Amino acid sequence: MNEPLVVRDGSADADEIARLDEVARRIRVEVVKAVNVARAGHLGGPLSAADMLSALYFHVLRIRPAEPDWPDRDRFVLSKGHSSIGLYAAMALRGYFPVEELATFDGANSRLQGHPDMTRLPGLDMSTGSLGMGISAAMGMALGARLTGRDIRAYVMLGDGECQEGEVWEAAMSAARYGLDNLIAIVDHNRLQQYGWPGNGPDGRIPPQVPGELVAKWAAFGWRVIEADGHDMADILRALDGAAQGDGRPTVVIAYTIKGKGVSFMEGHYFWHTRAIKPEEFATAMAELGEPPMASEGEPR
Amino acid sequence: MTLPMGRPMREIFGETVAQLANDDPRIVMLDGDVGSSTRADIFEKAHPDRYLQMGIAEQNMLGVAAGMATMGLIPFISTFVSFAVVRPLDQIRVLIAQTGANVKITAGYAGLFTGQTGMSHIIVDDLTIMRAMPGMVSVAPADDVEAAQVLRWAAAYSGPCYVRLVRDATQRLFDDSHAFRLGEAVVVREGHDVTLISTGSQTPRVVDAADLLAADGIDAHVLHMATLKPIDVAAIVAAADRTDRVITVEEHSVIGGLGGAVAETLSQHRPTVVDRIGLQDEYVQSGPNDALLDIYGLSATRVAEQVTRLLRARPD
Repeated sequence: MNEPLVVRDGSADADEIARLDEVARRIRVEVVKAVNVARAGHLGGPLSAADMLSALYFHVLRIRPAEPDWPDRDRFVLSKGHSSIGLYAAMALRGYFPVEELATFDGANSRLQGHPDMTRLPGLDMSTGSLGMGISAAMGMALGARLTGRDIRAYVMLGDGECQEGEVWEAAMSAARYGLDNLIAIVDHNRLQQYGWPGNGPDGRIPPQVPGELVAKWAAFGWRVIEADGHDMADILRALDGAAQGDGRPTVVIAYTIKGKGVSFMEGHYFWHTRAIKPEEFATAMAELGEPPMASEGEPR
Repeated sequence: MTLPMGRPMREIFGETVAQLANDDPRIVMLDGDVGSSTRADIFEKAHPDRYLQMGIAEQNMLGVAAGMATMGLIPFISTFVSFAVVRPLDQIRVLIAQTGANVKITAGYAGLFTGQTGMSHIIVDDLTIMRAMPGMVSVAPADDVEAAQVLRWAAAYSGPCYVRLVRDATQRLFDDSHAFRLGEAVVVREGHDVTLISTGSQTPRVVDAADLLAADGIDAHVLHMATLKPIDVAAIVAAADRTDRVITVEEHSVIGGLGGAVAETLSQHRPTVVDRIGLQDEYVQSGPNDALLDIYGLSATRVAEQVTRLLRARPD
């Protein structure tokens, strides 16, 4: 892939949006392939986050893939660490490491651990996986940037189920106290968690929050709240552009998404949170993502 | 003879970290709303811009510290052992120990001296927990002199460490000729009948106990082990070779802390009978310091009594 045009806070024309949509499609393809090869890993969350990961890694973040430790890079923490394969796919496509390495995901001795391990893979700004923690680390990066005089932003992506963790609200309280407008949280609000409470929703489960609950909570904690359609690239860029315009408060983008987005039979079903893919399902998924598999690729390990 | 009193380690904490920050702009203090107790307020007065109130939210505080460490800063933590180790334990595990974050978990109110707060605030197993955690280094200084040295060492050490500090004044064991070195045990009294190994501010009371034992004709060898990991295998084996009998004494549970570490070491390197004096799988009630030391068998007198009884119960 050619070195992409990285525009910070810039407007995006139709060509740029088409380019980012294509990156998101490729992220989804790589996610499904890698999980199929590994016979392990998560699907629903990485697929719901793919468009935002495309926007971040190919348009928003100020980063240097060839110099992953560049001190003045923007930071990104995947607090919903179980969506690791989505992040790895975005990083590989962006040039941090070869796309072929995605086939090692979740394998022994792989740099692409089930949940992100920053000590193994350059370019990861934090190890995550135990939910609720990434936002605290990102807050430390934003506060640390202020103390060290670095003009950078710290981005953190959370799951909506993850927002049930108390630590998230400790961080929300504390970041608002410090007025950290260089801290931007994105909640992947796909309205499903791994299993969820029983109820009369799809598959007999109900969403992690009631409608409007997340917006009200983040606002009550002193955050600026921007809502967005997490699958509409222009809307994602509008939200992230707005978030980057500091107003003395931390900002949260509540991104409405569909768990399993892009693969019809996975969309909106909690049980595709993590599940092995059958061969016929794999073929269908790849076809729907516009990329019929080659005979030799995507074979389970 | 009884060792003299030193200054409270918490004052040493506030003063020493403030002094270190004079020369090192990377040092910051994260406080969990107890700075007036841990004496992080001394640091705050000296460096108000680098004192960061984190509120009563310790899980977030340890996570913020990990994030700040990735920005090249050196966070020191100001809270009590109960809220520095146990409550944010998973944050320490995932964000600090597993990443090697350069965070200094400097926990006050270690051991029994917590200002009569009772068992919610008295953590009996912090050394066990931190010793077992891969990637973590634990240090328990004996007195105010060694505490200052350990804090200076911690600032210079690159990586996570746990430093166990005591609230109130304790007895002073060392003078300025002492030099703390990580992983190095120190012989603080020479003897031939039995080796007493101790850690933290219990060591001065064990030295006093050794004087009481001497009056009864028992010549105790005393080893101070500020660092439980990495553990000084050579010093433990040398002491066992010398006395052929080892008793550990700790202001902490006898399970998995100093006693556990010494027993593990000797069972592998030099099988030796090891008795363990300390908290016997129990929680600690509130009360004045001296009363607690007496009740839980950790005063010099009570340690001497137990050593005598253990030696009689199982003669060589």
